[in-house]
Amino acid sequence: MRANTGRDYSLIGPNGRRAAEQGLVAAEWYHADVPRKRMKELMRRRDGPALRDTAIWLVLLVGSGVGGGVLWASWACVPFFVVYGVLYGSASDSRWHETGHGTAFRAAWLNDVLYQVASFMNMKEPTFWRWSHARHHTDTIIVGRDREIAAMRPPDLLKLIVNVVGLRDAYDTVLSVLRHAAGRLTAEELTFIPDSERRRVYREARAWLLVYAAVVALAVAVGSLLPLMYVGLPTLYGRWLATVFGVSQHAGLAEDVLDHRLNARTIHMNPVFRFLYWNMNYHVEHHMFPMVPYHALPALHAEVVHDMPRPYRSLLAAYREIVPTLWRQLRDPDHYARRDLPAGARPFRPEMHPAVFEA
Amino acid sequence: MSTDGWVPACEAGAIEAEDVICVKVAGRAFAVYRSPENTFHATDPLCTHERAQLADGLVMGDVIECPKHNGRFNYKTGKAVRVPAKVRLGTYAVKVQAGTVFIKLTDE
Repeated sequence: MRANTGRDYSLIGPNGRRAAEQGLVAAEWYHADVPRKRMKELMRRRDGPALRDTAIWLVLLVGSGVGGGVLWASWACVPFFVVYGVLYGSASDSRWHETGHGTAFRAAWLNDVLYQVASFMNMKEPTFWRWSHARHHTDTIIVGRDREIAAMRPPDLLKLIVNVVGLRDAYDTVLSVLRHAAGRLTAEELTFIPDSERRRVYREARAWLLVYAAVVALAVAVGSLLPLMYVGLPTLYGRWLATVFGVSQHAGLAEDVLDHRLNARTIHMNPVFRFLYWNMNYHVEHHMFPMVPYHALPALHAEVVHDMPRPYRSLLAAYREIVPTLWRQLRDPDHYARRDLPAGARPFRPEMHPAVFEA
Repeated sequence: MSTDGWVPACEAGAIEAEDVICVKVAGRAFAVYRSPENTFHATDPLCTHERAQLADGLVMGDVIECPKHNGRFNYKTGKAVRVPAKVRLGTYAVKVQAGTVFIKLTDE
């Protein structure tokens, strides 16, 4: 395969400066028209749905964990740990995400508690990722600004593949936790983590090290891998579904546009996936209106569907676009999957991204 | 502008309880709030984090949540109460007379 140079995604490189010069940084993004009264209804916070869903999640987590432990050392434990791993290493990602936005619960303390727990399970340092994700929402898929671009151009297929079991993310996290525990941030991290939050980043990294050290010590003391099957390893062996979901959000779509309809996907999914993913399959809607809680996203989707590109019928349908697009980007990094707006939908600032709107 | 700095901003009935609107007064924009207790308040119109319009956000009790990153402020005091909002929001004195909301302008 022919090598090519691709784009520079560094947050301290020339593309970040170029994006600023082009007006792509902290810019105004397209929003579908939703009447204020209806938007207030959709934004309304409730504790009930997330309490119910969290209770179900925890019951399943404990049940599968107990089953795996009882049947440990026999093959019969495998299906239990498959379930436990997905609940721990994949479902925690959407819980981390929604509570990070502060929208899962009405009560702030419930968001904060679940955010800390889910961040740990998900191996996403809480304060570090809160600020990273704020940048992702400010400058979504803007090259040189957004550090959460999963598939860069050309895509690093090896990284994507090993990340199915979370290996690349875990490797990066181990390095960053050690760095933060030592009281250091990289030059890139300094661009999005404010001074006032840095001590918190360091404290959290040190606390994580203590917890992991305790679990490893317990495993050594009892002479069994079992403690690590509950804490630590499930972020790897249960990570695959979060990776499949996460890559589907933006991979292969336009970069450097100011319209989430062009750089994010809304995908119809079955109820089990939507429970595990907390409705983040409505990803265009989430980016357009991030203050709408996950449980109201289907209703928001119904409000704005007329103004959106056609949703993907399934996760498989999305990957039928993603895989060939990423494959072609290996040879042609300028290639991307273009989203067509429905007839009558309002294009937004086409002068900012003419290639998307040219016939 | 009146000589004492009070200027009419909007009709009190233009804002629902526990809601916010954006008004322009003397060439400046303000976010004007009506609390659940039907008291009125005014702040700068833009979030101090990334300058999103707070009037598109959600009022919950004494708090306004920014529509962009969900940062929160106490709109009565201007205090930032949830990250990524970290910097205090400017607040302005408000009074209601004969159904009209007045804002006391200060030097920018």
